[in-house]
Amino acid sequence: MANITREEIIHIAKLAMLNLSEQEIEHYTKDMQEILAYAEMINQIDTSDTDETIGATEQKNKFRKDEVMEFKTREDLLQNAPSQDEGMFQIPKVIN
Amino acid sequence: MPKEDYEIVIGLEVHCELSTKTKIFCSCSTEFGGEPNTHCCPICMAMPGTLPVLNEKVVEYAVKAGLATNCKIAQNSKNDRKNYFYPDLPKAYQISQYDMPLCYDGYVNIETEEGEKTIRLERIHIEEDAGKLNHDDYGRGTFVDLNRAGVPLIECVSKPDLRSKEEVDAYLRKLKSIFEYIEISDCKMQEGSLRADVNVSVRKKGATEFGTRTEMKNMNSFRSISRAIEYEANRQIEVLENGGEITQETLRWDDISGKTFSMRDKEDAQDYRYFPDPDLVAIRLSDEYIENIKNSLPELPESRKKRYLEEYKLIPKAANFVTSSKYYSDLFEEAIAICKNPKTASNLLMSEVARILNEREEEPDQIPFSGKELGELVELIDKGTISSSISKKVLEELFENPKSPSKIIEEKGWIQISDEGAIKEVVSKILEANPQSVADFKAGKDRALGFLVGQAMKETKGKANPQMLNQLFLEELKK
Ligand SMILES: [Zn+2]
Repeated sequence: MANITREEIIHIAKLAMLNLSEQEIEHYTKDMQEILAYAEMINQIDTSDTDETIGATEQKNKFRKDEVMEFKTREDLLQNAPSQDEGMFQIPKVIN
Repeated sequence: MPKEDYEIVIGLEVHCELSTKTKIFCSCSTEFGGEPNTHCCPICMAMPGTLPVLNEKVVEYAVKAGLATNCKIAQNSKNDRKNYFYPDLPKAYQISQYDMPLCYDGYVNIETEEGEKTIRLERIHIEEDAGKLNHDDYGRGTFVDLNRAGVPLIECVSKPDLRSKEEVDAYLRKLKSIFEYIEISDCKMQEGSLRADVNVSVRKKGATEFGTRTEMKNMNSFRSISRAIEYEANRQIEVLENGGEITQETLRWDDISGKTFSMRDKEDAQDYRYFPDPDLVAIRLSDEYIENIKNSLPELPESRKKRYLEEYKLIPKAANFVTSSKYYSDLFEEAIAICKNPKTASNLLMSEVARILNEREEEPDQIPFSGKELGELVELIDKGTISSSISKKVLEELFENPKSPSKIIEEKGWIQISDEGAIKEVVSKILEANPQSVADFKAGKDRALGFLVGQAMKETKGKANPQMLNQLFLEELKK
């Protein structure tokens, strides 16, 4: 279980769009193995008498009414964009 | 080995936009159109520190969809994050559902040439739509509009039970029709509120294993879907026949060239790292909640069909046709409340309205007039004010310029001539001009009568009352 491989670390980094150096790969492989080993404790607990849980809390059904509330100021939403034009975020050309 | 020895296997993932007033996790409007980024807020723009709250109508609509497609409803369900990077997805994950969808194990029945066929549904889950990328022609870059980001969708995943493009067409139309009946979506393909990912594979007839499949994403017209399936199945058969192998991949259908193109290579195989969204809590539905929704469902097409057969004595073909779309069915019911003539009303829909829509390349939801106009039109036929040939012209006019049919015939001067004196005059004129036909009729050729009536119709531009014409011709000829 705690045996995450170097290849898996490289794969995860790639999916997260991270460029890791050799040293970092080494480092994160070791870290991740330790994290997984720690979390392994949970698997030792006997849960045969516990109801199925969904999520970390007992909370359920937090719903919202279907009523429109407009956020009025587009300028506020766009203010931190590095680049914008005609009310839209401007980004480098995306090729399909 | 010829094409006929292969079987095409198709599965569909249909995305359908729900017609709630607000988005799935925030109170922004879902209204179509609007200036870029005006139906947005910090939540659907993924600003740090914001939290999503699920719209109760989204759950209700999805449960409705599940019940109307014979699904089981999950009493315990949750939202998961589907992680991927794309500029139209501001959070870099889409909130969807992974292993605990709201609805599962359903089915719908479709009509095929070999009779009724059951198409199984694996699941229906809720998720959010992405934004829109706009590209300009000057190479200045790409522009992101997040008005659609967070609009609620249901995704309906079928089992690979479909075997031809005709079956796919029937299945899609059936789903569309059901969702229209239960009023959870306007299902406008032209606006992208109904779209499908199409999975296609082929295998030799009799084989038990499925072939490797390819996927075509985001198709939003019946015609493109049909063409794409045909092209892709043929392509796969050709590859196999030449000793090649099918690669599992996502393809892009290009409507202009009529071909599919590879979108990404195997190396980027999808790995979405789904995990439960910690910002959202469990969805737990009581029996009572589900029962209430079941009781609130409107009458579904199957039940309407039964009623039309029994109460209105429609022939099965007509009942099938009228119930194939909520828009036909509602139009029909509104019309017969006025004209009390189900047979003529259904005939006009099935023959004329369907023909005109087909010519205009439109769908029933685009019919610009209501059942009131249709009902009035049937009444005008029944009263003998217009002939059935004129009624076709009135329908065409109703598509162009919808208003009261009696106004139309008055303005166009299409009122049927039922005045005996006027019709007698025409009859005499036609008899005089066609002595040969008169002789033929007297010699026992009944067909000559049809010709004479036709001539009289031509003379009156279709306005003469055909029953009266027939009768008066017979009277004159038998003198
Ligand atoms: Zn919002």
